[in-house]
Amino acid sequence: MLQYDVIVIGGGPAGLAAGIEAWKEGAKKVLLLERDRELGGILQQCIHNGFGLHHFGEQLTGPQYAQRFIDEFKKLGIAYKLNTMVLEVTENKEVHAVSKEGGYQIYHTKAVILAMGCRERPRGAIDIPGTRPAGIMTAGTAQRYINMEGYMPGRKAIILGSGDIGMIMARRLTLEGAKVEAVVEIMPFSSGLNRNIVQCLQDFDIPLLLNHTITEIKGKTRVEGVVVSEVDQDRQPIHETEVSYDCDTVLLSVGLIPENELSRDLGAGMDVHTKGPVVNQAMETTIDGVFACGNVLHVHDLVDFVTEESQRAGKNAARYVRDDTRKTGKEVHTRAGSGIGYIIPQSIDCEQIDEDIKLFMRPRAVFKHVKMVVTGDGEVLKSVKKQRMTPGEMENITVEKSLLSGKEYKLLSVDVFEEE
Amino acid sequence: MEKKELICIVCPKGCHLEITGNSDGLHVTGNGCKRGVIYAKKELTNPTRILTTTVKVKHGLSDRLPVVTDGEIPKESLMEAMRIINKLEIQAPVKSNQVLIRNLLESGVNLVASRDMAEL
Ligand SMILES: Cc1cc2nc3c(=O)[nH]c(=O)nc-3n(C[C@H](O)[C@H](O)[C@H](O)COP(=O)(O)OP(=O)(O)OC[C@H]3O[C@@H](n4cnc5c(N)ncnc54)[C@H](O)[C@@H]3O)c2cc1C
Ligand code: SF4
Repeated sequence: MLQYDVIVIGGGPAGLAAGIEAWKEGAKKVLLLERDRELGGILQQCIHNGFGLHHFGEQLTGPQYAQRFIDEFKKLGIAYKLNTMVLEVTENKEVHAVSKEGGYQIYHTKAVILAMGCRERPRGAIDIPGTRPAGIMTAGTAQRYINMEGYMPGRKAIILGSGDIGMIMARRLTLEGAKVEAVVEIMPFSSGLNRNIVQCLQDFDIPLLLNHTITEIKGKTRVEGVVVSEVDQDRQPIHETEVSYDCDTVLLSVGLIPENELSRDLGAGMDVHTKGPVVNQAMETTIDGVFACGNVLHVHDLVDFVTEESQRAGKNAARYVRDDTRKTGKEVHTRAGSGIGYIIPQSIDCEQIDEDIKLFMRPRAVFKHVKMVVTGDGEVLKSVKKQRMTPGEMENITVEKSLLSGKEYKLLSVDVFEEE
Repeated sequence: MEKKELICIVCPKGCHLEITGNSDGLHVTGNGCKRGVIYAKKELTNPTRILTTTVKVKHGLSDRLPVVTDGEIPKESLMEAMRIINKLEIQAPVKSNQVLIRNLLESGVNLVASRDMAEL
């Protein structure tokens, strides 16, 4: 029988780090399943640098960052299968998969780590009026075309959405000789990192139009142009502000969604805000022995945090198998208070805290000179000053083990308050 | 000198730097660490960037191999560097960090592969 201790689904940085850590914690029958033709996940197409500053203390490109984990994974001799798509995970931990070589396969395992990453929101999710010509694609698709397949998606482009992938593709297209007319953002702020506004847009004189959106796409067989309009406070287009641009390509960079079909079918509890499974401090979902990490859990802007979180998932999956660690049910739930969109983990099993708890969260708006306050059932546990917070950057706050052990809080809340 | 504002791009934090200057040199505030000061001075005198792009590769798993400069090159020479790099065509197998162009544009910086690529 195909019996494993830990099966990891997804061979991106999350799956690789989780698999390595599970192996190091003593789980020796580990198998990783990846649907793509190679390991590394989305990082293989993210050829720009800036990865790994936290984890390695140096600036690596996406492929370089992935390579380090691939090398370690292979050196340890951990089993993996490529071109293998997982179709279903059942509650009694059967993993169903298909591949050209192996046909339909069923694996039995004691623990599962979900690390399927995320995908980009397509055009359908944002409803732009106009025709449906060729030349409209997500920024990530264009990234794969240019960086891996060697195709140029177009010569004159408009990018909708100012997330990091959109801005990075604005630079990439420009370097490859295309003209990027503008990056159009409906919100009053960019959802990407400030450094990308500087090094991807300002360096190449690409305009960033905040409070703007595309209101029409023109062209029958191929994109011929777009109409861009300013939006009001309710994000509705203002008519007199329409400007037409000629272009042959529209790239969409309008957000990422965790890829959770498998988790949902499995019946794992989901968080409506993160669009990922609900987890505790061990990265364990509501299904015993099923762990989740990386972008499948919530969209990260920095892969370093993906690695950290995935190592925790791997370690705890191995412990689950080795020591029979089970949830005690004595949980404190976390709550995203004022100014915060969500918190990971959603619960903390107080009897099983073995290290300080790092809470990850996303601010809901841009804040200046604020403090983040952690309370347990209304009692202030901790407060941290912040000069600046933006929805484009994940925040984290460490709650020391000593603040929680021996206490029986029901609700741990984080709120953002103005500094007096 | 009048006050200048810059965003530091050395790490993802993106600190907002304020630079004032007098005859003794530049004075930087707003930096989260000392790399911000070095960045500000360089950005105002000789801005440089790491360049990442791809080159054509034959017999590899993909048709393009990601490459990176192993140091920073002057910002204004990015496009010129691209023109040279785009002429390159290499054969798999390639090892990560393998040097593909030495001393790119006399900058003292090399262009290296940023991943392994096996021969197919
Ligand atoms: C287009 C794009 C660009 C990005 N650019 C950056 C960036 O520049 N910097 C940055 O820090 N972050 C970037 N991100 C975020 C990035 O995804 C994370 O930093 C990091 O790669 C997440 O790691 P992961 O392992 O969770 O996901 P991924 O790297 O996405 O890995 C998930 C893996 O799971 C596999 N998989 C999914 N479903 C199945 C299944 N059913 N069966 C088998 N295998 C499956 C996928 O093929 C994939 O290899 C980007 C994301 C996208 C989508
Ligand atoms: S000043 Fe230091 S902390 Fe701030 S962005 Fe620059 S490198 Fe990062």
